[in-house]
Amino acid sequence: MGRVVVDVMPKPEILDPQGKAVARALPRLGFDQFVSVRQGKRFELEVEGDVTPEVLDAAQRAAETVLSNPVIEDVVRVADIEADAAATVASEGLA
Amino acid sequence: MSTATAGAQGLRVGVITFPGTLDDRDAARAVRLAGAEAVSLWHGDADLHDVDAVVLPGGFSYGDYLRAGAISRFAPVMEKVVDAAHGGLPVLGICNGFQVLTEVHLLPGSMIKNDHLSFICREQPLVVENASTAWTNEYEQGQRIVVPLKNQDGQYVADEHTLDELEGEGRVVFRYEGWNPNGSRRGIAGVTNARGNVVGLMPHPEHAVEAGFGPAADAGPRSGTDGLTFFTSVLAHLVAA
Repeated sequence: MGRVVVDVMPKPEILDPQGKAVARALPRLGFDQFVSVRQGKRFELEVEGDVTPEVLDAAQRAAETVLSNPVIEDVVRVADIEADAAATVASEGLA
Repeated sequence: MSTATAGAQGLRVGVITFPGTLDDRDAARAVRLAGAEAVSLWHGDADLHDVDAVVLPGGFSYGDYLRAGAISRFAPVMEKVVDAAHGGLPVLGICNGFQVLTEVHLLPGSMIKNDHLSFICREQPLVVENASTAWTNEYEQGQRIVVPLKNQDGQYVADEHTLDELEGEGRVVFRYEGWNPNGSRRGIAGVTNARGNVVGLMPHPEHAVEAGFGPAADAGPRSGTDGLTFFTSVLAHLVAA
């Protein structure tokens, strides 16, 4: 079972009312080091079998046509998370 | 009521129901009060049943999941609505219906959460900025009207280029008067397409069509019927066509 992650964020020029509300709440709990917050969405798309380049391509198209609205949002990541995790483990192993 | 439009008998205005639509019955009642037949259209039925105009009512279709209007956009009936709108069919999107029309690209821009983050419900004064669309031709240019406004994601946004284009082409149909209730760019409450047959707005004209059930007006509490003119306008447009 392969899994593709799609991250969608509000465009930088669009005010993010939810992020602003979270940013205002943080200092009340003592988290006063965060000067701003932006809130986005993460989708996990599962496929039978491996995440092939064709699967990634389909996920990219789904991200741009359905999962995000280009007027207000940017697709910031479309990735095979198993491969990403493996890469992270490998790089940590090197370090 | 004696407000029915002359010659409107036999005209059929469709009202679409999506899962989570709330205001379809009020919209149908407004259509009948204006003098036409209201026809219920179902989201899963790819057929407009020969209607002469279509209303996409308010509510929370699909629970606003993903983005408001984003999933309704793919309903079988919407493909027919888009085709017919390109052919000149009058289409009105109210609140969630407006959100659906932007998601399906019949109207530009999009709606995000109100800038103050709260659901809002109030009697909202608007200025009619374009009194020549299929849905506003019986208003006066610059007329002030009052209809209810009730939403969570009502902040109209578009890039500056699009906003300039809308302003330049007279496609801003309604603007909030006085206080901007949700942070909408340039106080925009409603817009139209280039042809003027597709109109979308966040406030709810269908809740201001019958004395006793509308917003406050000069004649007394709940006496406001400013919204009825949307529905008589479209019938006048169809009769004249």
